Amino acid sequence: MAATKAAIGLWRRLLALFGGLLGGLLGVAGVRAADLPENKAEALFHSYIGGGVDAYGPAFLVRKSIFDKVSLTGTYYLDAVSNASIDVVTTASPYKETRHEFGMSADYVYRDAKITFGLMTSNEPDYVANTGNLDVTQEVFGGMTTIAFGFTRASDTVKKHNEPEFQDNADHWQYRLGITQILTTRWLMSANFEALSDEGYLASPYRVARVFGAAVPERTPRTRTGRAVKLRVVGDLGNRDAMNVGYRYYTDTWDIKAHTAEIGYSRYFGENWLADSFFRYYTQTGALFYSDNAMSETLYVSRNRQLSTFNNMGLGAKLSYNLRRVPGRYDLKLNGAYEYTRFKFKDFTDLRDGSLYGYASNVFQLYLSATY
Amino acid sequence: MTAARPLAVAAALAVSSLLGACAMPTVPTVEPWVKPYERERLGDPIMKLSRDALADKHFEHVRVVREGARGATGFQGGGCGCN
Repeated sequence: MAATKAAIGLWRRLLALFGGLLGGLLGVAGVRAADLPENKAEALFHSYIGGGVDAYGPAFLVRKSIFDKVSLTGTYYLDAVSNASIDVVTTASPYKETRHEFGMSADYVYRDAKITFGLMTSNEPDYVANTGNLDVTQEVFGGMTTIAFGFTRASDTVKKHNEPEFQDNADHWQYRLGITQILTTRWLMSANFEALSDEGYLASPYRVARVFGAAVPERTPRTRTGRAVKLRVVGDLGNRDAMNVGYRYYTDTWDIKAHTAEIGYSRYFGENWLADSFFRYYTQTGALFYSDNAMSETLYVSRNRQLSTFNNMGLGAKLSYNLRRVPGRYDLKLNGAYEYTRFKFKDFTDLRDGSLYGYASNVFQLYLSATY
Repeated sequence: MTAARPLAVAAALAVSSLLGACAMPTVPTVEPWVKPYERERLGDPIMKLSRDALADKHFEHVRVVREGARGATGFQGGGCGCN
């Protein structure tokens, strides 16, 4: 609760700071209207295979503007998950389940500002999450600077298979602030900050920890507050190609500290092809209460490898092909993407042979995207 | 009377300029240095931070459920029991 109050206090201070900043910047801003997002439809098939988990399914998005003032978006996302991960095969039984996610949002443009309000619900047999968000972007300084701030509030209900008496809740708050700045005629940069606060049941009712070699239900704190800051630079290289570089730092009250570095390169080939390639490196330190096999009794203990010390490296590519283009009417593209990622855990062992655990994952996407 | 009025106006202007100069030191004015007509390259789709919302959201989802870090990626977030 204290973490939540601190986050709200921070949000208020940031709003006050931004009010002052906006007042100053608006003084030099020219009259320029913000743009609504373009009308768009996307149909995606996605697949994840890695670490004994298969997750795949379709996803759809449709966005349409009304009277050039409001744009409405509807999304549907399905995850059919087959889980035989290392946790599951060593301490439980493999299972299959399906997650359905529905979302809708509205963008409203007033002068140089765009206001977005969205609602989303995600349903699994043992987990229901409801989310609402409000985001505002404001163009200032003659359109060279875009300021964004937003808020997400989510409330989850956690259940457990075969134990109808088990039910708990988790609440989430996210406060974000960002700025995108045009640097030159070819380069732009963005800086984003986000404060995240969670309260409630933040563990898994299925996962077990190990204490003196014995399996016990994991026990995690009921609050968590994190901060993330990300910097990104995008540049046009002058030969129908562009590059981007990004870095994110994350830290939280569970003592997880993470660094993420990304670099990407994009290039057009002929009239109809666009290729992207990217490399991503991620590293984190483990949570204070994480232990592969605890050698003392503590209030909190977890063997969730997501909270352990590990790193991963990903290499990916994306290819887009213009299927059909009628200028001023519509534009239809076929896209394919693939990412290979290698995870290496530093203090999470495979209980079957005692070796340090690691795995590779493959993400595939095939989708049609149309603007109209 | 007619000669006194311009003198009074000049004196008032001098005093107000002096007060203005004392109260507010000279602040260099910063103008937007990239004009709207110079932003053609920046508007190209390859310069967008996120091109296709669904595809980018899927990549983000895959990472969020497997890594400890979250946030500041430009996505609104939201819960699921995917951990």
